[in-house]
Amino acid sequence: MSDNDILVEVRDLKVHFPIKRGVLFDRVVGHVKAVDGVDLSIPRGKTYGLVGESGCGKSTLGRALLQLNPPTSGEVSFDGVELTTLPPGKLRTMRRRMQMIFQDPMSSLDPRQNVESILTEGLQTHGIGTDRTDRRRIIGETLDAVGLPRWALSRYPHEFSGGQRQRIGIARALVLGPELIVADEPVSALDVSIQAQVVNLLDELQDSLGLTYLVIAHDLAVVRHISDTVGVMYLGALVEEAPSDRLYTEPLHPYTRALMSAVPVPDPDVEDRRERILLAGDLPSPANPPSGCRFHTRCPWAQPTRCADERPALREIGASRVACHFAERIASGELRPHQVSVQIVRPEGEGESPGVVSAPSEPGSYV
Amino acid sequence: MSLLEVDDLSVTFARRGQRPVHAVDGVSFSVDAGEVVGLVGESGCGKSVTSLAIMGLLPKQPGLRVGGKAVFDGTDLLQLDDRSRRDIRGRDIAMIFQDPLSSLNPVIPIGLQVTEVLTRHRGMKGDAAAKEAAALLDRVGIPDPKRRLKEYPHQLSGGMRQRALIAMAVACQPRLLIADEPTTALDVTIQAQILELLKELVRDSGTALLMITHDLGVVAGMVDTVNVLYGGRVVETARRRPLFREPRHPYTVGLLGSVPRLDAGRGEKLNPIPGSVRDLLPWPDGCAFAPRCARRIDDCVGQPPELVHTYDGRSYRCVNPEPVPGTVPAPREEEPA
Ligand SMILES: Nc1ncnc2c1ncn2[C@@H]1O[C@H](COP(=O)(O)OP(=O)(O)OP(=O)(O)O)[C@@H](O)[C@H]1O
Ligand SMILES: Nc1ncnc2c1ncn2[C@@H]1O[C@H](COP(=O)(O)OP(=O)(O)OP(=O)(O)O)[C@@H](O)[C@H]1O
Ligand code: SF4
Ligand code: SF4
Ligand SMILES: [Mg+2]
Ligand SMILES: [Mg+2]
Repeated sequence: MSDNDILVEVRDLKVHFPIKRGVLFDRVVGHVKAVDGVDLSIPRGKTYGLVGESGCGKSTLGRALLQLNPPTSGEVSFDGVELTTLPPGKLRTMRRRMQMIFQDPMSSLDPRQNVESILTEGLQTHGIGTDRTDRRRIIGETLDAVGLPRWALSRYPHEFSGGQRQRIGIARALVLGPELIVADEPVSALDVSIQAQVVNLLDELQDSLGLTYLVIAHDLAVVRHISDTVGVMYLGALVEEAPSDRLYTEPLHPYTRALMSAVPVPDPDVEDRRERILLAGDLPSPANPPSGCRFHTRCPWAQPTRCADERPALREIGASRVACHFAERIASGELRPHQVSVQIVRPEGEGESPGVVSAPSEPGSYV
Repeated sequence: MSLLEVDDLSVTFARRGQRPVHAVDGVSFSVDAGEVVGLVGESGCGKSVTSLAIMGLLPKQPGLRVGGKAVFDGTDLLQLDDRSRRDIRGRDIAMIFQDPLSSLNPVIPIGLQVTEVLTRHRGMKGDAAAKEAAALLDRVGIPDPKRRLKEYPHQLSGGMRQRALIAMAVACQPRLLIADEPTTALDVTIQAQILELLKELVRDSGTALLMITHDLGVVAGMVDTVNVLYGGRVVETARRRPLFREPRHPYTVGLLGSVPRLDAGRGEKLNPIPGSVRDLLPWPDGCAFAPRCARRIDDCVGQPPELVHTYDGRSYRCVNPEPVPGTVPAPREEEPA
């Protein structure tokens, strides 16, 4: 693939959030390494899916890509333009070409604005459309594209169902004529029957408008369904990247294997045949990630050498990129999985004594 | 006689100046000992209200009307006074929820909350109770259980909290466990751990499980009998395999066509159900699913469709079900010539 086919390129991107403590003066006591060295590229007109468990840094990566979170270090280029060093004015004009869709359409839409004013706002900010009539035309076309009726224009967000609200969110992004859309959990708040409508809509819009997508979701089936390439994140880094079909048929990284095997499939025959790789324990804290391979505390294939002290880089194996020292020997079956003992993981703010919280009316009444 | 027989259960919330909400509208199903029964459906179809009504945990608000029966081992739970209901709850029936924090007391250590259950329902005290509590935490896969007993709910991760809650739920070896979306808030690898744990409990102790979920994948993996709910009524009941292989009710067909599958290829189109659950026809006026149904015929509106039982032990509430080649026709229908 030639270079100019790549719309988005991310190189060694890091986003670290300071952890502050202190009574009078905030003291930085550490960093949450939400994104810690990610490389990826998205070809124009394709969909890149990003999966991983809660807190692994998916949203932070998506936001940093759009420069909504300032990256700590690394580069992001969009259509050949380096965004991290772009002056604010120029960045603002670029923004029109990169839009975002959110998980909860309700909280991202202003309840006091009707649909027309929600859609007009962006057009005005970016000076799109010659006059009122022209803007109405653009808005009308956008409504058609997302399958909303014209009468929607005078209505307010609360008058719509969840699926329709997500269509409004998509329309708000589309009306500016973007090339890239970052969709952060676009369907996870929706019922399955509505999910499918929105997934199909995203697919159709891509076909008709040639859009490029970065789709972030924790639902692997959804991501696999709409993505050409899928990246799997674990504690701020990509552990595997592969063409969507390959990821399921031939997962190479132990974490990807476990993740794939954990996703329930709505088919009793498949479910009864499947072997699950059950991971022990919880995701470690990104403020204090394990040394070496970040997955070594839970990895059923972890080896006494290298895993605990050498961080594996993404390597190309066939059509995939994998960050595991032993991927080939695991794939060949030479290395076998073993039992892993659970390590306790603390939620954030652990260790403080419980404050005064209102107790349930009848302690333990439910059980 | 099944362990739990829910018969024509209805729950209505009436509010002044508003139309009453028929959250549950004549739901019947049963759960046998050692069986896993699923209640499936989309948001608002009445899954949680059904389980809360059975447990007697609905908020006591004016305008709440509960009708029908929920017979557990010969006793109608809906007729019990609060005290006897509380006795059954915990000893014979336990419940776990989506959000474990809301059912754990935040200011009491986990250990005390588990031992309290043991004391109340099994009369255990002191060392014996503490020992049993540690054994329970160990059983549900909580590492270093003796230390965990002294900790508060907020010191545990979401997955560990759900395990603690399951430990409390199984502390009294209940005969029925009701789980309302127990893994919806958890990551998929943690979900797999919890589901495995629940399956193990059912297998080892013969506890019956009423599993409430919107995830058809979860249903496919562990449920014996499935009840599909729509608009507060059961629209289809079947064993797991027949339901997935040959769904009869158009809503079930629609749900199955909507879920993307991990083992399906990129670009395979999903077949969503048009419209949303908001486009509901009130049952007295016909089939609630009619506004969204591709198989709708004239008979679908006018009166609510009756539940049709087939010879192979299935039932569906539909006048024009998905045809299945070679199945035994429903008893209510005429034999085709
Ligand atoms: N503004 C912030 N300040 C400090 N920490 C943050 C901030 N935003 C995110 N984090 C932390 O960074 C980590 C990654 O968060 P992020 O929201 O990117 O995860 P995610 O993969 O999107 O998770 P989810 O699936 O739950 O949405 C988390 O540990 C989170 O607590
Ligand atoms: N206390 C209440 N007062 C009034 N209406 C209620 C009350 N509780 C529930 N309802 C209504 O009853 C219906 C069924 O709600 P229920 O919580 O059982 O749905 P559910 O199937 O559990 O959905 P979900 O998947 O979203 O949890 C909904 O329309 C809901 O708005
Ligand atoms: S590098 Fe080691 S610990 Fe990491 S995934 Fe590979 S085998 Fe497991
Ligand atoms: S009764 Fe009619 S409208 Fe209802 S599901 Fe069956 S075919 Fe569709
Ligand atoms: Mg996120
Ligand atoms: Mg519910």
